[in-house]
Amino acid sequence: MSERFEIRFSGSGGQGLILAGVIFAEAATIFDKINAVQSQSYGPEARGGASKSEVIISDKPIDFPKARAIDLQLSLTQESCSKYYKDIKPDGTLLVDEDFVRDIPKGTFKVIKMPIIRTASEEIGKAFVANIVAIGAITALTGKVRLESVEKAVLSRVPKGTEEMNKKALRAGYDMAKAKMN
Amino acid sequence: MGTLKLLQGNEACAEGALYAGCTFFAGYPITPSTEVAEYLARRLPLIGGAFLQMEDEIAAMAAVIGGSLAGAKTLTATSGPGFSLKQENLGFGMLCEVPCVIVDVMRGGPSTGVPTGPSQSDIMQCKWGTHGDHPVICLTPAYVQEIFSETVRAFNLAEKYRTPVIIAFDEIVGHMREKIEIPDKGVIPIENRRRPTCPPSEYMPFDETKGDVPPVADFFSGYRQHITGLNHASDGFPVNASPRIHTDEQRLIRKVEGNRKDIIKYETVMLDDAEVAVFAYGVSGRSGKNAVELAREAGIKAGLFRPLTIWPFPEEEVAALASRVKAIIVPELSLGQIVYEVERCAKGRCPVEGIFRVDGDPITPEQILAKIKEVK
Repeated sequence: MSERFEIRFSGSGGQGLILAGVIFAEAATIFDKINAVQSQSYGPEARGGASKSEVIISDKPIDFPKARAIDLQLSLTQESCSKYYKDIKPDGTLLVDEDFVRDIPKGTFKVIKMPIIRTASEEIGKAFVANIVAIGAITALTGKVRLESVEKAVLSRVPKGTEEMNKKALRAGYDMAKAKMN
Repeated sequence: MGTLKLLQGNEACAEGALYAGCTFFAGYPITPSTEVAEYLARRLPLIGGAFLQMEDEIAAMAAVIGGSLAGAKTLTATSGPGFSLKQENLGFGMLCEVPCVIVDVMRGGPSTGVPTGPSQSDIMQCKWGTHGDHPVICLTPAYVQEIFSETVRAFNLAEKYRTPVIIAFDEIVGHMREKIEIPDKGVIPIENRRRPTCPPSEYMPFDETKGDVPPVADFFSGYRQHITGLNHASDGFPVNASPRIHTDEQRLIRKVEGNRKDIIKYETVMLDDAEVAVFAYGVSGRSGKNAVELAREAGIKAGLFRPLTIWPFPEEEVAALASRVKAIIVPELSLGQIVYEVERCAKGRCPVEGIFRVDGDPITPEQILAKIKEVK
């Protein structure tokens, strides 16, 4: 992988999307030794509003730190999807939460729908691990970072006592995406 | 081999401060600088240091000056609105020659502006925010690793020249995360201020006969100190309408301007044979690097001058550059500030063109490339 690969995690403030970006960047750059830059953009509110976190990975040094030709965008809310989808590459991928993003924007990019939040709340038991389910799915869909590296990064960033739940969430997202890809 | 971490720019700033020997932080939280305070609030108590959240930014600047006069290496961090409040005490620190470091993580302004958006519009305030003639050192890192190393350098310069040093970077660089290596202790040399060796009875806090940077004693160390924001004599007591005011003000300015070679630092990228130069710092410097690479791919000889020291301004370097390129392009997240400094130094030797943006997004490499194609 020598090309710049851009991932955007978008949703609503409070869904843990900045943390998701941080975990993915840490997996890439600390554990897999690929260059990575994580940045974020959010409004003044602590909860709600459209929020995004971006991770750029590349074998080369990364100078411009923001995404502008997105290879993969995650959108957990309709607002964030509608607001940010325009930067997705024509051959890029849009990964949406199928329960919350009903109005899929038109484009040539590939659309993948998954019940990310429902999986977190019903299968794992806590809606707040939806960000980790999403990281699992993105790990499978991009194939850029090793699953074990992502798991290490997840475990280094989540609160003590939640490790097993987060590992389960990561695996659930990964398996769900793998099933979609086959 | 040092320690590898994925850190935010603001966190790297805090790590740099700790590496340099900072033991005291006073501040008032403000986006997008708050993580510097949060990080040090956790770390300073563990090393016997102190973290103080003050009632406002004015008090925070005062506390940082007081802490330094007591002998500590001190830091405060803020953003535009808070930086405005600090200006009076910042001038006090400059006249009283108090080593300390002030971080301004720039957000949109004026006034409360855009708290979570990036900006480079405080850069003239860094130079002229406080009144009177005064010496200014201001550093402008653009990468997380660089924020760490430039923070160490800021403390070193503050100690060496006995003066406040400002570090100014934008919200994007402050909030973004990159891998950094924190070197083992001793890898980066650490400066400590010159302290008096004379007996307390002979000590004078502003003794110009000891050189442009006179030794300074710590409060409560047995040496008599008198510190005032009035212009003062060698003993620190006020003077009025004295020729000394003129010579002492000149010394203050000379401490910085006379040591440009030591203080000025910059990076150049493909500049040697460049026909078009991009002059940019902070996140705009990062875009500039990509822009000159894109220009080279398109067969245009473009190069980048990226200052890490913005004050004192690299006047001679820009003048020399202006003599040998067709144009200098200055992208900045303001409606035009540092472009006029470049113009001042270019003295009409080549056109100087700005690219300005204040909508909360960075200037892209493509925007700069378009301008390069226009002026080539």
